[in-house]
Amino acid sequence: MTRRTTALTFALVLAAGGLDACRKKPEPQPAPAAVPVASAGEDHREDSGAAMAKRRADSIAAANTASVARTEEESKRTTAEMAQVLAQKVYFDYDRDVLRDDARAALDSKVPILVANGWVSLAITGHTDERGTAEYNLALGQRRAAQVKRYLEGKGITENRMTTQSMGDSQPAADGTDEAAYQLNRRAEFEFPSNGGALVRPRP
Amino acid sequence: MSTMTSRRALLALLCIASPLGAQDTTHAVRIGLTYDPGTKPGVVVLPSKGLGADSIRSIVQRDLDFGDRVSVMALEAGAASDASRANVPNWQMLARLGAAAAVQITSTAAGLHLAVYNVATRQTALIRDFPAPAMSEMRAWRAAVHGLSDELQESITGSRGTARTRVLFERTRRIWVVDSDGEQLASLTESGTAGSPAWHPGGGMITYSLLVPSQIVVQDLSNGRARTLASGNGVFISPVYLPDGSGVVYGHGVDDGVDLFTIALAGGSGRRLSVGRGSDNVQPTFSPDGRRIAFTSGRAGHPEIYTMDADGTNVDLLTPLEFGENAYRASPDWSPDGRSVAFQSRIGGIFQIMTIGLRDRALKQLTSDGQNEEPSWAPDGRHLVFVSNRSGVKQLWVLDVESGRTRQLTRGAAVRNPAWSPRLSSN
Repeated sequence: MTRRTTALTFALVLAAGGLDACRKKPEPQPAPAAVPVASAGEDHREDSGAAMAKRRADSIAAANTASVARTEEESKRTTAEMAQVLAQKVYFDYDRDVLRDDARAALDSKVPILVANGWVSLAITGHTDERGTAEYNLALGQRRAAQVKRYLEGKGITENRMTTQSMGDSQPAADGTDEAAYQLNRRAEFEFPSNGGALVRPRP
Repeated sequence: MSTMTSRRALLALLCIASPLGAQDTTHAVRIGLTYDPGTKPGVVVLPSKGLGADSIRSIVQRDLDFGDRVSVMALEAGAASDASRANVPNWQMLARLGAAAAVQITSTAAGLHLAVYNVATRQTALIRDFPAPAMSEMRAWRAAVHGLSDELQESITGSRGTARTRVLFERTRRIWVVDSDGEQLASLTESGTAGSPAWHPGGGMITYSLLVPSQIVVQDLSNGRARTLASGNGVFISPVYLPDGSGVVYGHGVDDGVDLFTIALAGGSGRRLSVGRGSDNVQPTFSPDGRRIAFTSGRAGHPEIYTMDADGTNVDLLTPLEFGENAYRASPDWSPDGRSVAFQSRIGGIFQIMTIGLRDRALKQLTSDGQNEEPSWAPDGRHLVFVSNRSGVKQLWVLDVESGRTRQLTRGAAVRNPAWSPRLSSN
């Protein structure tokens, strides 16, 4: 039983090592140097040789797993960071679709990410505060989304990567009837299909 | 006592005789009083026996009251039974009350029986039977009673009532409908993104917009069946039917402002009417003759009301252009008599309902209590339904433009975008 388990583990480790070896650049195998030492023994030679090989394989596998995990984690972190910049909302003045300086700055920070991640498409949704009529606000929200799209187009993002829509005043980001709430509601929001795909950091 | 009895018998004979003469002119019958807003004719709705008599009486009394053209007179309990004894009105008592007319409604096997009496002449002014479904079919039965109320008001004042109408509106982005008296509330859509409902001129269909996916929908009220009339990228908003009901005019835009388009019910693609050059052009409303469209446009930098020919030519600014960032005129609704347009205007930072005359461009402010928006005319051209926050939450209110009297139509969660139906014959 123990023997079988050990053998199975060994096989798995070898297989894993083999896979890793395939993935990595072929390196000069340090293993042969150790084997002759192991072969010096007699009855236990085989066993101790296998054990040593296993220990070695185990440590390689562990190191590889850790490095894969590190890479994955870093990629996740980068993706989240880039996604946050892409999702950053831009805000508008009352009854206006003109992009203020803060809105331009927010859009400018998205551009290199969109350039570096050519597969990402952007859904832009315009919103308004509750004042005024529902219909006019829907039209105003559409104009805001269109203004954002036009600006990004001007920065080289191709038109077919972006869609626009308006929710008017129907989805406020903040409750309340004061200017602070209204300002949070006069906005354009950004969504992009992640599909689990990783975003890369633009080259500095 | 015996003279009294014989006199009553004589009156009863007169009453039986007179309807024969009156029946020929059912539709043109008047009691002989001309309407005067200062002195509304008093009307007594006599109690009667029979199934649902009390319900009928209270519905009709309320309808007449909401019509704002007659004064519904209450009877004390004793007088009430006395007034209708022996199926003959107590003329003296009615005259003492100052009533101009007395009304009696009884339910019959086939429906409702209406008798209208002229107190001054002691004559029966109108006898009429109305078909009505069983009371268990509540909505249809109430509609039949409302129809009776409308005819009754016409027989007394010469002006047909609007009790048999309904109001569409938007609540939590679903379309709802409610009878003109605030009863029979029902939701008509499932979607959580529906808005801007409008009536087909025949009253049997409605149109509205969906935000996601953005489209214009037409829906048959008789079976609830809905279909997409126009859809695509961008926004599709504020649809209204053409006055002949053959198509819809709506606002649509993607990346270059919103313009008004027209599309036939039969299908095809939308044809652009307005040339907004990147501005927003929404909320169309037709003149009753169908030749002009009033709409909201932001082409001058902020929303104002404009008019144009039905084909999009001859654009004209209707509301006098106001300067400044706070100017905002929107939600036009052309009055049924064609003479004025109701709209909302920001005054001192708060929206109020106003009208503007088409001929003299005279402005009239109709509201001042709270914030008041999105007016829609009743088919009588005298009442407006609108959204007001005067009670806290935005609700529908009805205003009698002539007397200034208001009543609350809805309660509960906030509402917007009311649309008053045409007069309804069925459904």
